[in-house]
Amino acid sequence: MAGRTKDELLHDHNHDGVDRRGFLKCMAWAGTGAFCVIRGGVLRSYAFSRLPALDPKEMAGELSFAQISDSHMGFNKAANPDVAGTLKAAVDKVNGLAVAPEFLLHTGDISHLSKPEEFDAVQQILKAAKPQDVFYVPGEHDVLNDDGQQFRDRFGKGSKGAGWYSFDKKGVHFLGLVNVMNLKAGGLGSLGHEQLEWLEDDVKHLKHSTPIVVFAHIPLWSVYPEWGWGTEDSAQALSYLKKFGSVTVLNGHIHQTMQKVEGNVTFHTAASTAFPQPAPGKADSPGPMKVPAEQLKSVLGITDVNFVRGKQALGVVDSTLE
Amino acid sequence: MRRSVSAAIFIALAVLGVAALGAKNSAVAAQQKAQNAEVKIDNFSFGPAALTVPVGSAVTWTNHDDIPHTVVSTDDPKAFKSKVLDTDEKFSFTFTKAGTYAYFCSIHPKMTGKVIVQ
Repeated sequence: MAGRTKDELLHDHNHDGVDRRGFLKCMAWAGTGAFCVIRGGVLRSYAFSRLPALDPKEMAGELSFAQISDSHMGFNKAANPDVAGTLKAAVDKVNGLAVAPEFLLHTGDISHLSKPEEFDAVQQILKAAKPQDVFYVPGEHDVLNDDGQQFRDRFGKGSKGAGWYSFDKKGVHFLGLVNVMNLKAGGLGSLGHEQLEWLEDDVKHLKHSTPIVVFAHIPLWSVYPEWGWGTEDSAQALSYLKKFGSVTVLNGHIHQTMQKVEGNVTFHTAASTAFPQPAPGKADSPGPMKVPAEQLKSVLGITDVNFVRGKQALGVVDSTLE
Repeated sequence: MRRSVSAAIFIALAVLGVAALGAKNSAVAAQQKAQNAEVKIDNFSFGPAALTVPVGSAVTWTNHDDIPHTVVSTDDPKAFKSKVLDTDEKFSFTFTKAGTYAYFCSIHPKMTGKVIVQ
């Protein structure tokens, strides 16, 4: 990596491509209005104040989409009594992006209690988003009581099994995975044999140069197993993607942004549009974290993703709601 | 002769009476032992995580957390399965057979607990 700056990977103590100091710094800044970009395998951060001065070409690409996550429609406790309001603010943020996203990915926990009126409310609010195409994967809160039947009825057209599917946009191959079904006691997220077989088959004939985007609710890397923040069989899924030059994994579930680069794979988790959760190990449990009301929007957010042909990795940019 | 027969009958009756009394006491004792027990769900955990109760006891789980949870037996077939419990909602199950009943929250599978029924 030529031309190192303060923000690039510097301290690779564990030799796993992760500069913890770098992205911890980045995460701290994210709360006060900065965002981090991974481009060409390099983590860069920009303060919001610098944005107007940035070359739009740096931010734009051939394909632009946005990720929102964990709207938890129906949640109404102290951490956020108005999740509809903050989801609307997220839609405003999406609509205000310099380069309009072509579509949205929602990485799950759309609803809080799998109630029809909760799904209805989210779909209604998203009607105000400029990108009208929304691709959903379920969170564990979306498949309560009915093994995800309601989710599949609403959002699963063309999907297989518990609701997994793939599609292509401008030469980028997207895979929506479901890792919140059949969870075992004491376990983590789980993809399951049938889905893994489908995945292997789905990417088998793709050229190695095809950029891949995988999106699923629970992180596909081991963020913090003690809190269930990981997927038991994700290593097998990733092994089928080894041959590709650029793989971007977008997840939700943990209600905070985290990034990790591991070889050809960039992992990224999104903030929630509803409420934040504590950093790994920083609280007794991973429940909703209360922050002063005036700070709430600074710990919620959306993710903007841009693909520029020729660049190794997709540009992934988080912005907070305020 | 009559006296010893009477004595024998008396003793027999006494023994029967004591036995009957004893049986009645055991029945009363068993009813007293069966109890209502509670498990509190809070901070993504079941408290107590291991609960021992006598056969016939009813256990009530109450969700004090600000996130929904479930109580689902890990046995196959499931011994019990609650609906989704939002904050302050409860689920009760009466354990009529002895055994160890492991369970977990199906939404947050790292949350586990057990009820030991003796």
